[in-house]
Amino acid sequence: MSNYFKLIVLGLITFLALIAANYARDLAYLVNALTVALVSAGMFLWVLRNTDEPQETVDLSGEYMDGVIRAGVIATALWGVVGFLAGTFIAFQLAFPQLNFEWAEGYANFGRLRPLHTSAVIFAFGGNALIATSFYVVQRTSAARLWGGNLAWFVFWGYQLFIVLAATGYLLGATQSKEYAEPEWYVDWWLTVVWLAYLAVFIGTLVKRREPHIYVANWFYMSFIITVAMLHVFNNLSIPVSIFGSKSVQVFSGVQDAMVQWWYGHNAVGFFLTAGFLGMMYYFVPKQAERPVFSYKLSIIHFWALIFLYIWAGPHHLHYTALPDWASTLGMVFSIILWMPSWGGMINGLMTLSGAWDKLRTDPIIRMMVISIGFYGMSTFEGPMMSIRAVNSLSHYTDWTIGHVHSGALGWNGMITFGALYFLVPKLWNRERLYSLSLVSWHFWLATIGIILYAASMWVTGIMEGLMWREVDANGFLVNSFADTVAAKFPMLVVRGLGGVLFLLGGIIMCYNLYMTVRRSPAVTAENSAVPAE
Amino acid sequence: METYSLLREFADSWMLLVLFAFFVGVILWVFRPGGTKSYEEPRNIPFRHEDKPAPLRKPIDAKEG
Repeated sequence: MSNYFKLIVLGLITFLALIAANYARDLAYLVNALTVALVSAGMFLWVLRNTDEPQETVDLSGEYMDGVIRAGVIATALWGVVGFLAGTFIAFQLAFPQLNFEWAEGYANFGRLRPLHTSAVIFAFGGNALIATSFYVVQRTSAARLWGGNLAWFVFWGYQLFIVLAATGYLLGATQSKEYAEPEWYVDWWLTVVWLAYLAVFIGTLVKRREPHIYVANWFYMSFIITVAMLHVFNNLSIPVSIFGSKSVQVFSGVQDAMVQWWYGHNAVGFFLTAGFLGMMYYFVPKQAERPVFSYKLSIIHFWALIFLYIWAGPHHLHYTALPDWASTLGMVFSIILWMPSWGGMINGLMTLSGAWDKLRTDPIIRMMVISIGFYGMSTFEGPMMSIRAVNSLSHYTDWTIGHVHSGALGWNGMITFGALYFLVPKLWNRERLYSLSLVSWHFWLATIGIILYAASMWVTGIMEGLMWREVDANGFLVNSFADTVAAKFPMLVVRGLGGVLFLLGGIIMCYNLYMTVRRSPAVTAENSAVPAE
Repeated sequence: METYSLLREFADSWMLLVLFAFFVGVILWVFRPGGTKSYEEPRNIPFRHEDKPAPLRKPIDAKEG
């Protein structure tokens, strides 16, 4: 019966999307409308073919829902490689401007590809990793199957649709020009729907948990989901110019808009890339080390201190702007205080290995997790330092910022995700072990050397750039033109690109290793009935 | 009083106090006597129920697993 309802809805969506495509005012909107029409028409046919077929109802409450997590793991690995590839390519575009090809002007030049890269790595790679691992962790630590049945599948596919709509939109020029919040209004609306469904699945599972206590990893995941929902809605308050066009106008303007944007932007770092990934750390590090977290007390303090402080740190992106002094001082002070809970969390993660440090020698996966926590510590020291106004006057607008972001993103987010994927794949596909540990070691070293090349070259070039921009001669005239700094940066830009190549190579090796684990690694002998039913 | 000034005054005083008190309260609560013992059990949650949800209609008592 519910299938008839689904058919009506899907038919309507297809119809409306085709009307929208017909009236489309710009190319991005046209392509997005056709994508939606195609997807809903495909789903219409799929539902139609399954309608009135005999259904077998199996009681699955005794099993975890792992199918959607397997899909999430595959999506994470694939989007990761796409995002790293885009990043490496635009890194070389900066070093060699000829790579902004004449024939691809307006589609594949740096300005169009840059948001594609950032969204692919943050939202497609990081977001899929967070959704998949949160579904895994919340089930295992609540001892309950995911709530909401197929709603989890809606979250997964809905999120992929968001990524595809956003990515095609960027290439065709649909952007609201807000960093890390580029997607236009209808894509934002769609993400809101998907995100609320995600929140419902997660909280629904927690509500029916059969462990009396909510494990700390779930607190981090939950704060990430709730805060991102709030940030997303406020930063995307905009009014579409036409319902048949992708352009919209922001409700806030001027410095208010800038403040909301960086309140969003920095908390995207704080809650998407930090709180969510800390949820991963608090589950997968203890699991891989086979010992409980070092201090549960510290983890509680870590959680509350992190969420109480992070939310105020945004104004440090707006030093020396029209933002009032008190606001930027507030942001700076909170950023510096934030150093403490961050390092508390780092200590908690690292010390989980106390008494098992020998695993670092034998287990490349734990090595990956440990170096990711190390990079977490490093970038959460560098960040507060760069938020100090005097330091920021040197670092702002230079590539130092880019280096800082990447030591956090590649080092902390990337490495902990790789560790989680290596942990998850054998478990989810019921394999005894990974296909090859030495390939994991290769991945580890390629990625680590890649990050070091990246961060070191960006430090050098960023500080050089900052110093060149402020250099004045005896008469108070600026010594260097902007083009002089661009020329001086060339060698460091090439080194950065090479670092990206190594990191990308590591990602490809990981995909191969995970694929071969599923294909070749021996299955766990079935002594229990834990084989997933889906 | 205009809305901005009203909210600003509230945020600068009572709300600040509430948030600060809550935060300090959490830290004091964590260090309450007997806290360490009560956290021994949740610490080990990741090592239970790896393969299957807990069986229905049977509340887990703290000693299991």
